[in-house]
Amino acid sequence: MKKLSVVWWRAPGGHKPDLVMLGSGVLIIMVCIMAALAPWLAPYSYDAQDNTALLQLPSSEHWMGTDRLGRDLFSRLLYGTRISMSMGLLTALSALVLGTVYGAISGYVGGRVDNWMMRWVDIVYALPDLLLIILIMVIVGRGFWGIFLALILVSWVTVARIVRGEVLKHREQSYVEAARALGAGHLRILFRHILPNTFGPLIVILTFRIPAAILAESTLSFVGLGITPPLASWGTLANEGWAALKFYPHLIVFPGLFIFFTILAFNFFGDGLRDVLDPQNRRVYR
Amino acid sequence: MIRFILRRLLWGIPVLWVVATLTFILMQVVPGGPFDKDKPLPVEIKANVEAKYHLDKPVWQQYLFYLQALLQGDLGPSYKYLGRDVNDIIGDTLPVSLQLGLLSLLVAVMVGFVLGILAVVKPQSWIDRAGMIFVTAGISIPNFVIGALFILWLSHAYKLFPPALWEGWRHAILPALTLGLAPAAFIARLLRSSILEALHQDFVRTARAKGLGEGAILLKHVLKNSVTPVVTFLGPLTATLVTGSFIVEYIFAIPGMGKFFITAVTNRDYPLIMGVTLVYSAIIVLANLVVDIAYAYRDPRVRVE
Repeated sequence: MKKLSVVWWRAPGGHKPDLVMLGSGVLIIMVCIMAALAPWLAPYSYDAQDNTALLQLPSSEHWMGTDRLGRDLFSRLLYGTRISMSMGLLTALSALVLGTVYGAISGYVGGRVDNWMMRWVDIVYALPDLLLIILIMVIVGRGFWGIFLALILVSWVTVARIVRGEVLKHREQSYVEAARALGAGHLRILFRHILPNTFGPLIVILTFRIPAAILAESTLSFVGLGITPPLASWGTLANEGWAALKFYPHLIVFPGLFIFFTILAFNFFGDGLRDVLDPQNRRVYR
Repeated sequence: MIRFILRRLLWGIPVLWVVATLTFILMQVVPGGPFDKDKPLPVEIKANVEAKYHLDKPVWQQYLFYLQALLQGDLGPSYKYLGRDVNDIIGDTLPVSLQLGLLSLLVAVMVGFVLGILAVVKPQSWIDRAGMIFVTAGISIPNFVIGALFILWLSHAYKLFPPALWEGWRHAILPALTLGLAPAAFIARLLRSSILEALHQDFVRTARAKGLGEGAILLKHVLKNSVTPVVTFLGPLTATLVTGSFIVEYIFAIPGMGKFFITAVTNRDYPLIMGVTLVYSAIIVLANLVVDIAYAYRDPRVRVE
């Protein structure tokens, strides 16, 4: 297998990763570890009810307190990390693949086909994403795979737009002309030559899609249209905490801060990654 | 100019039609009818109900009835709030949502502009860096989290503002802040990079050569030229405000369209879902149209496409 000759670590003129970016990277890794090792890190099971310890504030026994059914919030948060992070990663990757294929074909073929394909993208893009997601979920139902389907059906368009732009840019370059002169077929040019040169922007897109997916899932679960209880995602935990906001704020503050800091970390990391990989700093990657 | 406006308007109609058709198809595809949740109805009553709502006719006929009603501005009856039409419900709730939206827009633009300009006064200074970290935080925090935090601090702990409902100007402040925070952060960042780019242009050099002070240059010349990306952003911003309003209205118990949309989805009240979707789409198409017109008004080159 021939090695891809793509400079992936640092584009010429790109900046070195800075402290904020590294810190965010560390946080992300920590969250991933929490998700992966949840059953071993959690002191209690996520659905273990304890009637003697309802609605407790944080203590040495329950680091983040308990909810109204006596379940330990810290453990639920750990298990929730699994669902939220896996949803985020899975959705982002799938949307990336879908959008890349669509955008690459649209950009490469060009002409009327491109026009038509982009019409659809424009229509989906013009509508509010949460609205579409909710509508799709009315059909496919709630739960993990329902949210998954709804999220990728809506988020692929952002990816497609960006990838199409990149492909359009590379299509006119001389190396493509050279490859064609050497007899390379279209598919080969697209997948062997053009797409590898878009890996930088693609990784940045991925890094920004993940927090968007996490945010969407938490928002849906928060209004009760997402993950079904007793499964805990960060959003459902926030939902449960919302009802008891005034007297037991810890129930919503902890999940809320988790969501906030994870998304923040991804955004900082994505910003840093973009600076490292693409020094021209085009604002298109969100 | 008029032709440009007309052309843009004409484009809006097919988009709305596509949305209407898609919503109709979506509602047809959903498993389970609207009355399945209630007690099982006797056969004759069920037949009566279905005849009234045209549910017994073939799908394409239902579609034509639907379109016909739409063209007359009738969005149908609500399945769950018996006796009320979707038009009534939307008529009650739309003004509230519009008020919230406009207020949040105001907050977003004002705060965003102030932050963006402040950041550029001394680029790379600590004000700039702190501002940009604050801005990224503003974009990252979900609106239900910031809403909950606002309520916790400002309503419960310090009793400054009421935590819910929409009954006076005081009730509008927290929701507008919550909804407007993320857009404000985005505008600030956009404006900052736009101004920084504009500062490298030749006309700034000319202005400096003429002897104008930095402040005057910034306000009189640079600002006018850097506002364009922000204006372009106002289109998608409407969509953001719409979706954000779902959550904010839910949190603050504001009787707006967003809250009804969520309840309609939970209740499977299909006409209400369809009606609200259409109204939202119409609003967004209109907002994008206004933005396009404003853009073309400022930059005549755009009109010639």
